[in-house]
Amino acid sequence: MAPLLEVKDLRVTFDTMNGLVKAVDGVSFTIDKGEIVGLVGESGCGKSVSQMAITQLIATPPGKIVSGEVIFEGRDLLKYHPESNMMRDVRGGQIGMIFQEPMTSFNPVFTIGEQIMESLRLHLKLSRSAARKRAIEVLEEVGIPDASVRINNYPHQFSGGMRQRAMIAMALSCSPKLVIADEPTTALDVTTQAQVLDIMMKMVEHYHNALIIVTHNLGIIARHAQRINVMYAGRIVESGPSEEVFLNPGHPYTIALMKSVPRLDEKRGRHLIPISGIPPNLINMPPICSFKPRCPMVDACQSLSDPELRPVGKNHSVRCHLNISGQNSGTIFE
Amino acid sequence: MEQSSNNTILEVKNLKKYFPITKGFLRRTAGHVKAVDNISLKIKKGETLGLVGESGCGKTTVGRCILRVYDPTDGEIRFQGQDIVKLPYNKNRALRRKIQLIFQDPYGSLDPRQSAGSIVGEAIKIHKICDNKQTHKKRVEELFTLVGLDPEMASRFPHEFSGGQRQRIGIARALSCDPVFIVCDEPFSALDVSIQAQIINLLQDLQQKLGLTYLMIAHDLSVVRHISDNVAIMYLGHIVEIADWREIYERPLMPYTQALLSAVPIPDPIVEKKRERIILEGDVPSPINPPSGCPFHPRCWKAAPDCSKEIPELREISPNHLVACIRV
Repeated sequence: MAPLLEVKDLRVTFDTMNGLVKAVDGVSFTIDKGEIVGLVGESGCGKSVSQMAITQLIATPPGKIVSGEVIFEGRDLLKYHPESNMMRDVRGGQIGMIFQEPMTSFNPVFTIGEQIMESLRLHLKLSRSAARKRAIEVLEEVGIPDASVRINNYPHQFSGGMRQRAMIAMALSCSPKLVIADEPTTALDVTTQAQVLDIMMKMVEHYHNALIIVTHNLGIIARHAQRINVMYAGRIVESGPSEEVFLNPGHPYTIALMKSVPRLDEKRGRHLIPISGIPPNLINMPPICSFKPRCPMVDACQSLSDPELRPVGKNHSVRCHLNISGQNSGTIFE
Repeated sequence: MEQSSNNTILEVKNLKKYFPITKGFLRRTAGHVKAVDNISLKIKKGETLGLVGESGCGKTTVGRCILRVYDPTDGEIRFQGQDIVKLPYNKNRALRRKIQLIFQDPYGSLDPRQSAGSIVGEAIKIHKICDNKQTHKKRVEELFTLVGLDPEMASRFPHEFSGGQRQRIGIARALSCDPVFIVCDEPFSALDVSIQAQIINLLQDLQQKLGLTYLMIAHDLSVVRHISDNVAIMYLGHIVEIADWREIYERPLMPYTQALLSAVPIPDPIVEKKRERIILEGDVPSPINPPSGCPFHPRCWKAAPDCSKEIPELREISPNHLVACIRV
């Protein structure tokens, strides 16, 4: 069966005063119907940009989608003009987006209801009253109390968690086949975060959407995602089923990410192992492994070339010259 | 008894901070935001107290009251035995040397027009710690090395540093006057995961080296578990549970603490599948109009009719484990 979305060798650059930034440098991944995929990485690694490029939301200039294919249900979306009817139909209609900042992604001068109704009327061609009814329904589904009254509220009258829930309602209102959630809970408190993620997962399950969660929180991925892609410096460095990647990580960066955060269930008193150095500048990257300057295993690695993503197990691939298996991955950093 | 009071470096007793809400042209006071409502805590020398809670629960206000940025509405703050709330303003300067602050945002908390060296050295000048330029320069260099920065970088400006390096500058500034007590207001939350670990390790090393005492204000429970000796959980201006870290994390008694802990995801899919999760409903109520009785009862799954009657007192359930809940 063909996947719902297939991204092939996507490249996005930004022309800045200091030079050409290769924000996304050859990213390929697929997502099947109803699948939940997590995308992890530090800020500036290109995780958001790669997701924005799927619906061509990259501001041009300075950004530019240089090459690649985004095949969604058999059609290459990058062949269409960003402002074509086709793309407008895809955005919000077939691919829903949930953004990080619920305050800045809502328009402050329109009510929540008007904003949800707009996409319903455009994509599903509903009448005003039918759209309103449906908007109240979805708001109730995400747990907004008094939805029929609250629909007339402006975004500032909602709390952060409610705004993000309204955002989920909006993204799912047109029953898209794919939902992209870009750091959906980063701005929220822990209990609200759990609440919002819980609602999001229930909705996704209910509507059988596929979901991409972009986050830097490994815990959220472990809790919800079936597959995981780890990005570093504009590329996917590790990809695989979530249990496999967490138990048997194959890339030093993935291992380092896991080792650098304290866990709620570990023995206390462990010395945290930070990743030395800082993320690389994406301008004029040398043609070597982008993680090499920070890699804790650099001594064991003799190769000077840039590694390719290669399979190390079933559906599990890693962009590293070394063969790190589960047995020794735990001990390298001790 | 004598012994314990000697060890206690900071004691907060019945601290209250109300912010007035003014209305109309004459700015009449129409009500109060009870940001901090009757909290008490003790911190021993060389220890770290983690102060945890969601945004708006008043944890930053507690920190600011201790720093005397805010004047508390009521209560006592005893620092090294002295009540600093009643201290006249002109006596504050000596106190400020001893209590310092590390800010959350390493971008907003450094003056973009001041060089890193001048940011770190400013307080040394104000407090006249060094008598001449030479010793001043040497002290700044020392501080840079202490926080893991190259002293050569002292002439650079904040925009030339990365987020983690900026946070180090902020720490060097806090350390410049040899403080004994540092209020760390979410020092890690603006940093990337890989950098966060560097700063956590740095603060722990400094604590050992210099014998510092921290009040660690944070919302990331896994980080707080990693660095705190004692943990206080705040909700709507009240401390609802306070105990040593092991008790809080292994035997949480207050339903809110249990919900908070269960909300933190563990980066391990197998552990996650087995965990029971408590999902709270609704939002944190407004501190302008807090619910009657226990502040948590509208969201609590264990709430009984009695919970809405009186604000529960902190009770000692087991040694040094205090909980404000009538259902425990």
